[in-house]
Amino acid sequence: MKISIKKDEGLTEYESTLEDITLLELLSDIKHTKDNSLAFSSGCRSSVCGSCSMRVNEVEVLACSYKVKDGDIVEPLKNVEVIRDLVVDMDKAYSFNQKAKAWLSQISSGISLNDGDAKANVVQSDCILCGSCYSACPVYTVNGEFIGPFSLTRVWKYVSDKREENVEEKVTDIQTNGIWDCTLCGNCTVVCPQNISSKADIEMLRMKSAQYGLMDPSFGSFDGGFGSFDGSPSF
Amino acid sequence: MNKKCDVLIIGAGGAGLTAALNAEKSGANVIVLTKEYPTRSQTCMAQGGINAALGNAGEDSVEDHIANTLKSAHGQADPEAIAFMCSEAPKAIEWLDSIGVCFSRTEESKIAQRALGGASASRACFAQDYTGLKILHTIYDRCLEADIKIENEKYLLEILKDEKEIVCGAKILDIRSGEVEIYEANAVILASGGYSRIYDKNSTNSSASTGDGIATALRAGVELIDMEFVQFHPTGLKNSSILISESARGEGGYIINSMGKRFTQELAPRDVLSRAIDAEIKKGESVFLDIRHLGEKLIDEGLPQERKLAKLYENVDPVHELIPIRPVAHYTMGGIKVDRKSATSLKGLFACGECANHRVHGANRLGGNSLLEIVVFGKEAGFNAALYAKENVRTKSIDVETSSVIDEIKEYENVLDFYAKREHIGDLFYKKVGIVRTKDELQEALNEVQAIKADIFKLGVSDTSKKYNTNLVEFIEFKNSLDVCEAVVKSALEREVSCGAHYIV
Repeated sequence: MKISIKKDEGLTEYESTLEDITLLELLSDIKHTKDNSLAFSSGCRSSVCGSCSMRVNEVEVLACSYKVKDGDIVEPLKNVEVIRDLVVDMDKAYSFNQKAKAWLSQISSGISLNDGDAKANVVQSDCILCGSCYSACPVYTVNGEFIGPFSLTRVWKYVSDKREENVEEKVTDIQTNGIWDCTLCGNCTVVCPQNISSKADIEMLRMKSAQYGLMDPSFGSFDGGFGSFDGSPSF
Repeated sequence: MNKKCDVLIIGAGGAGLTAALNAEKSGANVIVLTKEYPTRSQTCMAQGGINAALGNAGEDSVEDHIANTLKSAHGQADPEAIAFMCSEAPKAIEWLDSIGVCFSRTEESKIAQRALGGASASRACFAQDYTGLKILHTIYDRCLEADIKIENEKYLLEILKDEKEIVCGAKILDIRSGEVEIYEANAVILASGGYSRIYDKNSTNSSASTGDGIATALRAGVELIDMEFVQFHPTGLKNSSILISESARGEGGYIINSMGKRFTQELAPRDVLSRAIDAEIKKGESVFLDIRHLGEKLIDEGLPQERKLAKLYENVDPVHELIPIRPVAHYTMGGIKVDRKSATSLKGLFACGECANHRVHGANRLGGNSLLEIVVFGKEAGFNAALYAKENVRTKSIDVETSSVIDEIKEYENVLDFYAKREHIGDLFYKKVGIVRTKDELQEALNEVQAIKADIFKLGVSDTSKKYNTNLVEFIEFKNSLDVCEAVVKSALEREVSCGAHYIV
């Protein structure tokens, strides 16, 4: 089979006689036998470390869980700076976890969780920080400071945790460049290898925010196109 | 300009991050370096659970936890270290629970526990089949809260010592820029992981488990201990060595040969089971894990990752078909010798996690004790290194050249392909320094490793780029592996009698 890989020097074609293998196995084979200079990241080979996320035919995949096909075009993730070939710099993307304060704010002991409570955020805590959702998110083309899908899912993980006692503070922190900037397009949900729906988590955070009187600021300042409408006609 | 901190931590898995939190809490200024990113370490691959005698699923006691761990260690452990770890276990779980780890729960709102091999009670707390992943990510979130400085894609080249042989920092390759940097610190903690990847593709581990910290420490003069103890997991997928969790057998899976015959006890300790499977394979048999009788519903609920991986890598659906398996390298008990305070034989250098040997696993580790170890001794290492750093403040800046092994490698001939050599050494070790060993074969393996080391200049790298050169990093990893390989075989040759995972005939 033939596949093309977007390297720094341009789209490069590689031919292989290997069949029925994962993209990661093929990339490793190319690196070891054909092109020592090919740069990509990998780790566990079993879809839990989140290292080998990349795009195949414009869709985000984990190279270790995608069976490569003849004609595939392999590219690095979007919305992040490419360091070399398929390797991207995730530092900025990850920094949104800290900006969003994605942790338990109030450590309280002695709160007992039942089976149902524990299952409330089981899926959200499956996140492997592969960044697929970040790459697929269209908001970054207009707002580079958007807190983004995986960080917001992480906030919802903690907000939905019965052990968190300071929910208001947590949702207050994600109002700006946060939940209201999402367009609810659902790209993040489609590409997530762990079947997490950040879109759904963002919707939950919006509902939670509304409980504390926090509303979409673009609605709050909505003036119907009349400028600063104070009741008196301006025309 | 050298970067400075009180405590420098190499490695950002569960052990390194726990150490960082505790060092910071003890007042130290901390920098954590990782050759990947924090959540990509080996810790995320731990599935089974973390042991603590909570007694939430039937009667259990700390004493029983100690007794089980001691038994599995085959007399090669430090009973006091084990007693400390097992006594601290309930507190460790309490802490993890308090920071938001999503442990599975019982109907009585208690943390659920399940049975793993070698335990007299259901002792392993778990978070579905993602225990390590969820613990690691939650600890990482805590580090962000504590605003701990974590620098990604920084690779350890050398541990630096002053004229009095006291550790004072590290020489680091910034993988992205290709620049060599000097980090100065009052104390250094190695939390850089194990060395299962010396077996190359015959290992369940991440390709990053190359024993860098151990090899680098060894070159700096640190003492290693019990390097020959390598745990082989009985059920790696035959072709890819991907782990099929012990829970598949815990749920009732069978081990059978191609005639469909069971030939061993499925829940025997890992070393015993691995030897039984190995013997069957050496007879010319193929060995399989059979979970078909568990039914689709149970498989999808209890073993979803296993089904996915078997389909992906072996093209079999375990609901209807047998899973081809073989034992592969999984965990390395040996490592850097440390005392009760996680201090190594070099002043100023501490170690925790799989690279360290706190002598709590001895000759064979119990399932569920490795996650426990990284939390309990990660904390100790962080606390003790911070205390040491406070009492041993370095006032004088160090003046070190940034020349390194990289300059040397540039001169290598690169007429032989090191990737082929790496695979060869992995297969050689699997065969001769593997599940069943003989003195002659160990000696042959040692000779071969030493021959490759002597000819190392014939190998090398073809990528000359400074920026993000994985060809170069993988070659340095391979060089490190060779040092670790040599230490493992030498240690194995010295132990002439079988003990736990070291089985010699």
